[in-house]
Amino acid sequence: MVALSDRAALRRLLDRFGFGPGPGDVDAGVARGFAATAAALLNPAQDPTPEPDLGPEPAKVAKGDTAGRKALAQQLRHQELILTGWWLDRMVATTAPLTERLTWFWHGHFATSEQKVRSPRLMQRQNDTFRSLGVGQFATLAKAVMVDPAMLIWLDGERNKTGVANENLARESMELFMLGVDRYTETDVRAAARALTGWVVDRDTITARLVPRRHDDGSKTVLGTTGNLDADSFVDVVLGQPDSPKYVVGRIWSRLVRGTAPPAPDVLARLVAAYGPNRDVHATLQAITREPAFTDSAQTLVKQPVEWAVGLMRALRVRPAQLPPTAAAALLVGLRGMGQVPFLPPNVGGWPADSAWLTTSAGLARLRVAQLITAHADLSTVSGTSTANRCAAAQALLSVDQWSGRTTAALNQVADTPARLVAVAACAPEYVVSL
Amino acid sequence: MLSVTRRRFLVFSGVAGAAALAGGATQVPWSQLFDAASTSPLPPGQGVLVVVTLYGGNDGLNTVIPASDPAYQKARPDLAYQPHEVLDLGDGLGLNPGMTGLKSLWDNKELAIVRGVGYPVPDHSHFRSMAIWQTASPTTSVPTGWLGRWLDATGDDPLRAVSVEPVMPPLLAGARATAASLPVGGLKMPTGRLNDAFAALGKAQQGEPELTARVATSMVDLQNAARVLGGAVHDSGDTTPNTGKRGALAQQLGVVAELVEAGVPTRAYSVSIGGFDTHADERDTQQSLLTELDGALAPFVNRMKATQRGQQVVVLVYSEFGRRVAANGSDGTDHGTAGPVFVLGSHVNGGFYGTQPSLTDLDNGDLKESTDFRSVYATMLDGVLGTDAGRVLDNFPTRIDNLLTT
Repeated sequence: MVALSDRAALRRLLDRFGFGPGPGDVDAGVARGFAATAAALLNPAQDPTPEPDLGPEPAKVAKGDTAGRKALAQQLRHQELILTGWWLDRMVATTAPLTERLTWFWHGHFATSEQKVRSPRLMQRQNDTFRSLGVGQFATLAKAVMVDPAMLIWLDGERNKTGVANENLARESMELFMLGVDRYTETDVRAAARALTGWVVDRDTITARLVPRRHDDGSKTVLGTTGNLDADSFVDVVLGQPDSPKYVVGRIWSRLVRGTAPPAPDVLARLVAAYGPNRDVHATLQAITREPAFTDSAQTLVKQPVEWAVGLMRALRVRPAQLPPTAAAALLVGLRGMGQVPFLPPNVGGWPADSAWLTTSAGLARLRVAQLITAHADLSTVSGTSTANRCAAAQALLSVDQWSGRTTAALNQVADTPARLVAVAACAPEYVVSL
Repeated sequence: MLSVTRRRFLVFSGVAGAAALAGGATQVPWSQLFDAASTSPLPPGQGVLVVVTLYGGNDGLNTVIPASDPAYQKARPDLAYQPHEVLDLGDGLGLNPGMTGLKSLWDNKELAIVRGVGYPVPDHSHFRSMAIWQTASPTTSVPTGWLGRWLDATGDDPLRAVSVEPVMPPLLAGARATAASLPVGGLKMPTGRLNDAFAALGKAQQGEPELTARVATSMVDLQNAARVLGGAVHDSGDTTPNTGKRGALAQQLGVVAELVEAGVPTRAYSVSIGGFDTHADERDTQQSLLTELDGALAPFVNRMKATQRGQQVVVLVYSEFGRRVAANGSDGTDHGTAGPVFVLGSHVNGGFYGTQPSLTDLDNGDLKESTDFRSVYATMLDGVLGTDAGRVLDNFPTRIDNLLTT
């Protein structure tokens, strides 16, 4: 095991428990010390950013009404752009990066797509749930998500009623959200579906409620527990399975520490102990920062496209909310080219990981996004220094530990044009990967 | 539900081909791909397999439809097609009305439909079942895909298998070798010194970590793909942020067609289309997807007929499971078991294979499988790729006789 330098360890802490360092953050963190920086990250102040104004829920449109459907689609697109722009801006500018990073994590874990939900207001409510409950007790979060309006629509929970089961939510919540594959039987799925019956969404009030006559209140047996199980008690049963804590903790590790290998058994055991019977996400995160394994050089992670783009905007102090409309739209097109747009995961299994992001077309899209962002950035720390020093200036600007010889040679080819230099630097392996 | 994330089910199925994919798998010198086409092109008469994966679990009963079977009508009254709606295949079965292209191929005896394909002890999880179909290992979790093992068994050259879709499927991950991957939809590169600097990021750096090395490799791949395939891959010029992925399969098959006709040494291609997980409001969604599939597949097969190289192509179309017989409460169906597999091409003996599953003798609401999918794969390995299937499929004994002409 090779430990990172103090500086690199600090940089990694800011990468994984937020969206990466802004100017001066690494220096400040090194001065303060790793433990103190971690403690501050783990106890963020409240971010006072207000909710976005998405307007009212668009009116329903009759099936044959083509003009109406077209107008509806336009209204939804407009709301989607506002919501996505709002979230990207929040991720860049937040004073509580840990909270936002975990909101992003849960977004990928309880992956729900606007493409089917077709209501940015409902997606916003779900986003809020991830934010307010995402660093607390997992049981509380899971129970809220099981009856979240967007989730109920996404996994057909609304259509699951007594006598006519729809198993989608039951299966995916066990397999993907709480327990893992092959740890339950088909019989468990069918019983779980019965426990989850009866929920109905009201899009106008952005709420879900349990309708008694739609709910199966008979006795069910799920994973060995029998009773009149409902959504809450179902979650308790699943989270009480011995494999569940390892699974949940493992997922957090895979997205914050390393995706290409699970934690060593002793590390996992300590993290699970920290997660504990309270299923405490905050304690788990704290335990991660205290593990020597966390600062082992092997724990590298390819930044997801949104993580990379947000990190770049943080480093360059570019606010998505302040981009002109064409640039803001181009940013989303670029993210789509890289394979990731917030609120549009490909399926309930969530996002790809690591090398799967590194397709050839994604690489080209990345350069375009980098160019877009650098075009709106203040690059005076780079342009204000001599050509010979610009490579080093870019390294400092992006808080990169150290450029390799390969990257230095590449960057020096465009050192005379700061915007190009920084754009290429943002595409360098040392920046694309969180080392 | 949209297309299944291949990478995600890598994680869930424990396919450690993940390691191969993570550590610089697509080491394709693209220059080699097209240089090889001129210096060592695919020898004439060598079969080429195109695997089309339908992600989500396609509802077989509404694809190859027993419309006049009263049990079918009774089980799913709001989902069922009427006999006059389907495209008649004979034997009491008809194709989904969206599949007019495939119907013509059927009439020309170029479409084979293998019925009731699945495996013993079905798994209803997307991810586990897809892993089973892609690793061809129903009982034990193995870290390699069946075509990945084929690459391992026949020499490691990654150019012999190519994935033409955004994410690499485990299907193509071997223990040592992994297929090459190719993007669709536009490689309009920057120019001049910007491109020089950008390309220079791809230079290998001694001793660097696995993942940064992988980034560098992807930069090389990009430069080569752009140089070599410039004409074949058109810039999609996508300017709208929220559009879906319509037409993606047709694009992927377009790239495959170009590569086949150019005589590149690739023997196996992987393409895909997602969205088949129709838990609710199934009929329109599925018909729309099958129409898209048909619209991409039939022209491809017809185009392949026109050249000698194209005539060596055999297309295999499968999904990770069928769906339940009875509709659920949402005018959809839940995850089921066995379903039909399509095999198409000039060297395919069109017609029905396997047995149509009974709609009354069910396994807890699911169709019973009559054909193990491995016998289909084995037939492809022996008959198209010219490899002893036993080496790849653990001596699996059965084949689909007469499926392919020699």
